[in-house]
Amino acid sequence: MSSILPASVLAQGGGVWFPAQASSFGPEVDWIFHFILWLSVFFFVLIVGLMTYFVIKYRRRSEDEPAPVGPTHNQKLEVTWTVIPTILVGFIFWFGFEGYMDMRVAPRDATQIQVKAKTWVWTFVYPGGQVSDVLYLQKDKDYQFIMSSADVLHSMYVPAFRLKYDVVPGRYTTAWVRPTELGEYNLFCAEYCGKDHSRMNTKTVVLEPDAFEAQLKKLAEVGSPIEYGRRLYDGRGGCKACHSLDGSAVSGGGPSFKDLYVRERTTNPGGTFKADDNYVRESILKPQAKVVEGYPPVMPAPAGLSDTDVDALVQFVRHASEVGPVAGTADDPAAKGDQGGGGGGDAKDGQGGQEGGGR
Amino acid sequence: MTSITVPGSTAIERPEHGRGEDYLNCDKGWRSWLLTLDHKRIGVMYMIAITFNFFLGGIMALLVRAELWTHAPGPITTDGVIYNNLFTLHGAIMVFLVIIPSIPAVLGNFVLPIMLGAKDVAFPRVNLMSFHLYMVGTIMLVMAILTGGLDTGWTFYTPYSSVLSSSSVVMAVMGAFILGFSSIFTGLNFIVTIHKMRPKGMGYFRMPLFLWSIYATALIQILATPVLGITLLLLTVERALGFGIFDPKLGGDPVLFQHFFWFYSHPAVYIMILPGMGVISELISTFSRRHIFGYRFIAYSSIMIAVFGFLVWGHHMFTSGQSELVTAIFSALTFSVSIPSAIKVFNWVATLYKGSISLASPMLYALSFLFLFGIGGLTGLFLGALATDMHLHDTYFVVAHFHYVMMGSALVAFIGGIHYWWPKMFGRMFNDRIARLCAIGVFVGFNLTFFPQFLAGTQGMPRRYHEYKPEFEGYMRWSTIGAFVLGISLFVAFYNLFSTLRKEKDAPDNPWGGATLEWTVSSPPPHHNFDSEPTIYDPYALDAVVWNPETRSFEHKKDAGLLEESGEGAEHA
Amino acid sequence: MTTIGDVGQPHDGHGGEHGHAHDPHLAHHFDTPQQQYDSAKMGMWTFLVTEILFFSGLFCAYTVYRHTHPEIFLGASKFLDKTLGAVNTMVLLFSSMTMAWAVRCAQLEQRRGLIINLALTIVCAFGFMGIKYVEYSHKFHDGLLPGSHYSAALHASEEFKAAHHIDEHFHGHVPAEVEREALELEQVNYRTFFSVYFGMTGLHGIHVLAGIGVLTWLLVRALRGRSTGTTSWSSTTSGSTGTSST
Ligand code: HEA
Ligand code: HEA
Ligand code: HEC
Ligand code: CUA
Ligand SMILES: [Cu+2]
Repeated sequence: MSSILPASVLAQGGGVWFPAQASSFGPEVDWIFHFILWLSVFFFVLIVGLMTYFVIKYRRRSEDEPAPVGPTHNQKLEVTWTVIPTILVGFIFWFGFEGYMDMRVAPRDATQIQVKAKTWVWTFVYPGGQVSDVLYLQKDKDYQFIMSSADVLHSMYVPAFRLKYDVVPGRYTTAWVRPTELGEYNLFCAEYCGKDHSRMNTKTVVLEPDAFEAQLKKLAEVGSPIEYGRRLYDGRGGCKACHSLDGSAVSGGGPSFKDLYVRERTTNPGGTFKADDNYVRESILKPQAKVVEGYPPVMPAPAGLSDTDVDALVQFVRHASEVGPVAGTADDPAAKGDQGGGGGGDAKDGQGGQEGGGR
Repeated sequence: MTSITVPGSTAIERPEHGRGEDYLNCDKGWRSWLLTLDHKRIGVMYMIAITFNFFLGGIMALLVRAELWTHAPGPITTDGVIYNNLFTLHGAIMVFLVIIPSIPAVLGNFVLPIMLGAKDVAFPRVNLMSFHLYMVGTIMLVMAILTGGLDTGWTFYTPYSSVLSSSSVVMAVMGAFILGFSSIFTGLNFIVTIHKMRPKGMGYFRMPLFLWSIYATALIQILATPVLGITLLLLTVERALGFGIFDPKLGGDPVLFQHFFWFYSHPAVYIMILPGMGVISELISTFSRRHIFGYRFIAYSSIMIAVFGFLVWGHHMFTSGQSELVTAIFSALTFSVSIPSAIKVFNWVATLYKGSISLASPMLYALSFLFLFGIGGLTGLFLGALATDMHLHDTYFVVAHFHYVMMGSALVAFIGGIHYWWPKMFGRMFNDRIARLCAIGVFVGFNLTFFPQFLAGTQGMPRRYHEYKPEFEGYMRWSTIGAFVLGISLFVAFYNLFSTLRKEKDAPDNPWGGATLEWTVSSPPPHHNFDSEPTIYDPYALDAVVWNPETRSFEHKKDAGLLEESGEGAEHA
Repeated sequence: MTTIGDVGQPHDGHGGEHGHAHDPHLAHHFDTPQQQYDSAKMGMWTFLVTEILFFSGLFCAYTVYRHTHPEIFLGASKFLDKTLGAVNTMVLLFSSMTMAWAVRCAQLEQRRGLIINLALTIVCAFGFMGIKYVEYSHKFHDGLLPGSHYSAALHASEEFKAAHHIDEHFHGHVPAEVEREALELEQVNYRTFFSVYFGMTGLHGIHVLAGIGVLTWLLVRALRGRSTGTTSWSSTTSGSTGTSST
């Protein structure tokens, strides 16, 4: 892992250039890439090869070598090396365009999944109402993503699918995919979106139909509100990026949840007071209604949080304030590694197992 | 004082030793510099300021690279905001303070009037004002760093920059706004100078290609930069006064900002590369002692790049949600710019054919340019093709692409040009052996830094990532090692140049054998460039320039390399 | 054989600072007054091109929003004042004329005409700003402000209902739902209109103020009797004409 050789990438079944293909776009994109690659290699070798040859062959042998006289122009040659590249780039354009149109035009019967992005979490909503922060997909099925953002630009990127599209606030954008290989793949946010842009990633998991159905069922289960709240805190609630549980400060974030109900705060507007459930609820739903003094008004409005979710969060926040952090689920590494307030690789590891999907 | 070859008289008198008055010693005191109207002094001041800013941006780059040594946060910072500041400031400084002004403002200012045979640029006062604006802009950007930093990315995308970011966006943006005006006035000055200040005999097609490329650059500067100005102004009123032009919450359109931004910033990448291409045309022909191959094609291709460059901005937005039709059109147009670039590359290689090629340090930089621009430009094709860009957009592939063209091509050309004209600017020769070693160090370090990034990018590593998946660590480590090799080589290269300022003036008038006009005047040039009317030589008649072992300099042969009286340009009285 | 210097006069080593014996207006680096005049003229026109492009961003935003929200432009423009706008257009056109006239006077070395025309232009500029002040204060009062400052409540007004055909269908009994939609339409989109409006007119206002500054400087020079009829001067003014009519 810490070696200089990027062997770990190759070990995952990818090539020198690309990770393994996992969607129907893979073969096409990789083919076009290699077409351009070999064309480029040809021209590059031609140019650098000639350059090197000339430099060696015609090197200056003495300081007073008289200046040689050679051809200064050649109309035919000029036209040739204008026309040939023009034709070639015409082909590149055409192949790229065809591939692109395939990626943009979704099949009619594709299943639609809502993709909601906000700083710095992904939420996926299935047609049956199930909500997840890991993108579960069924193999060989067509999916269309209806994407929207609650705050700034984001971009959904799954390298193994060769798929990327921006999520733009104030409008819907769409993309589609047909996963073709089982497995677990990285899903990144590719458009810069602030402090935790580089942590705004999760997994996409391609499953067999049975496993997929089972997964959807699991997503519908909620469990105890405090535990559920904890999962939201770690996962698609996105609270963890800004609020610690152990009293430590998060740079660019908000107050810790530790002792939240105990301490006094001054808010603008609102004055000085102690927190109660209603205040916390309001803080979640309308973050800018009362802004705690000494913090910037950057807390995002909720995206994709249902009433149940908010209730669970409020319970969790009270619990965290009074009793201390609840342990996450047993197989959730994020819960254990959390105390550092977001240091180390825990946030990243957390993405895989949260939401109780693995239970 | 040195006299120049005058048609009709054959005498080439030069004083043995002890130089006369030149632009460096004709006047003393800091006011004579800061308030000078002399284009050469302004060029030198730009050079000092830009070198300083380059080092500032370079140190940020090294911090970025050091931070990326491990996939987890650290060793430099565990704070995402600080990392975001580092790469934003690195990008903004390198683009707005270094690479855009670099060649036009330093080399253009210094050599353009002399190459042309003029005594100064058309508006010396405006030229000085450009420099002062540049300094004000620099100070504002530095102030922004000190008063809250800047974490928007150099692209300032809304609504992050207008709503969410809590850094000094307004200060930085206004700094960039002012820098824009500095750039506009420089371009304006060069355009008028080239149109109106050519002496008798200097036709458009007798100009050195460097002037053609500066002219094409100036066209972009005056036509694109105002749009950046208004975009940044709108961003400022958006952020400071809550105008809702780009903020979707207030009814605005964030994608419109991207259109505005790239309408400037794509042409701006040709502001960066075109002057570099001009420098390369001069270097290749001088150091292979050959007439440049395909003069007219190179000249016209500069203008074509400038024109086509305006039509392709949408290729930065293939995934942004713009319509499919628009996307396809932008992709098609993108490929049109690669043709004139290809023409230039082929012509440069053809110029080497049957040359008498010297591998002095400027030429090493020029050859590096050919190699690196080949890679940088060809990888642009992968990004211009739609299907592949869907995968590659906003990954390290893009980062590698633009470093190959900006650092590996434009900046390498700038450094090559500085080495080439250094003896002319200061009358001192540097140690060419060390300079050659540094050129090789830069070449190796550069490839080591940025080639692995292509692989990281195709493997799917997004850019602007502070912490990343462990599987990318290998690429990132090579890259970090390369960055330090590159940093050390650059440091030594600049030290090698600047340390010559302590010694006696020892450079001959024409150490490399250039045939353009600046090599016919003394080194450093006299205050008014020419002591008598310059003789206009064919800028590429290198066979007319012969080595004189006595003066250890090249000199124009008697009556050789002159341009005939008739011909384009003779009309200007 | 001629030398660069001898078209004008022999120049000394520090021409920039000292000026010349013959023509004090010829800078050291030009050969002829004609060359200097041509350069200044070209420079000024090029600058004007950049100015147009500077405004282009706003025109572009205007076009885009007009295209995407035609109904907003129809509706919101009802709250602009046609009369004041028309008067101001006339003021601008008139000032363009006086400015062009002033340039002509300068070229013909008619100092009196020059002074009168310059003064008239400045008066027009102030008049323009005055009218703008009236227009602005009216809008400020109504809360028709750009972006987040927008605080008007137009959706209940007659003009708004007429522009969006609200009463047409409901004959006075507007359902709450439609009412809410109308509110949203206004709150989100009308403010964009006024952002563009204030952006464009504000930037233009700044230019007019700058123009007043430059013209005052020229007027003072003319009153002092300096530089009438010099070529460099008239090209400066020809530039200002362009600016004041942008
Ligand atoms: C000096 C600056 C410079 C230059 C010269 C170029 C040159 C080119 N660039 Fe690049 N580019 C940038 C600076 C530059 N670029 C920057 C800064 C960004 C990213 C900004 C950001 O997001 O932060 C970017 C991003 C960028 C993108 C967007 C990527 C993305 O974000 O998804 C694209 C897409 O089309 C692109 C394409 C091109 C092309 C086609 C060229 C062409 O002009 C290249 C032409 C050259 C050649 C083709 C090579 C020479 C020719 C031969 C060797 C002969 C053989 C040729 C053929 C067969 C055609 N560039
Ligand atoms: C001309 C423009 C230019 C130049 C020259 C460079 C030069 C370099 N750049 Fe940069 N870069 C950009 C323009 C440029 N860059 C832009 C526009 C971005 C995008 C920003 C954004 O996303 O918003 C970017 C982003 C960027 C990133 C991506 C960050 C991210 O996405 O997370 C990285 C990472 O490796 C990087 C690295 C480097 C390195 C190592 C150099 C090196 O070449 C620098 C070498 C120079 C020096 C090192 C200085 C000289 C020497 C010294 C100071 C002496 C001291 C040193 C020693 C003794 C060792 N740059
Ligand atoms: C972008 C960072 C960010 C995210 C993500 C975020 N918050 Fe906050 N939060 C803040 C900031 C900053 C404040 C303080 C300023 C304010 O009150 O708005 C705050 C304040 C609060 C408060 C009031 C704290 C007090 O001491 O009064 C509560 C409760 C809260 N957030 C809960 C949440 C919950 C629950 C979530 C997840 C659903 C969340 N926050 C997500 C930044 C964030
Ligand atoms: Cu979301 Cu980057
Ligand atoms: Cu571009």
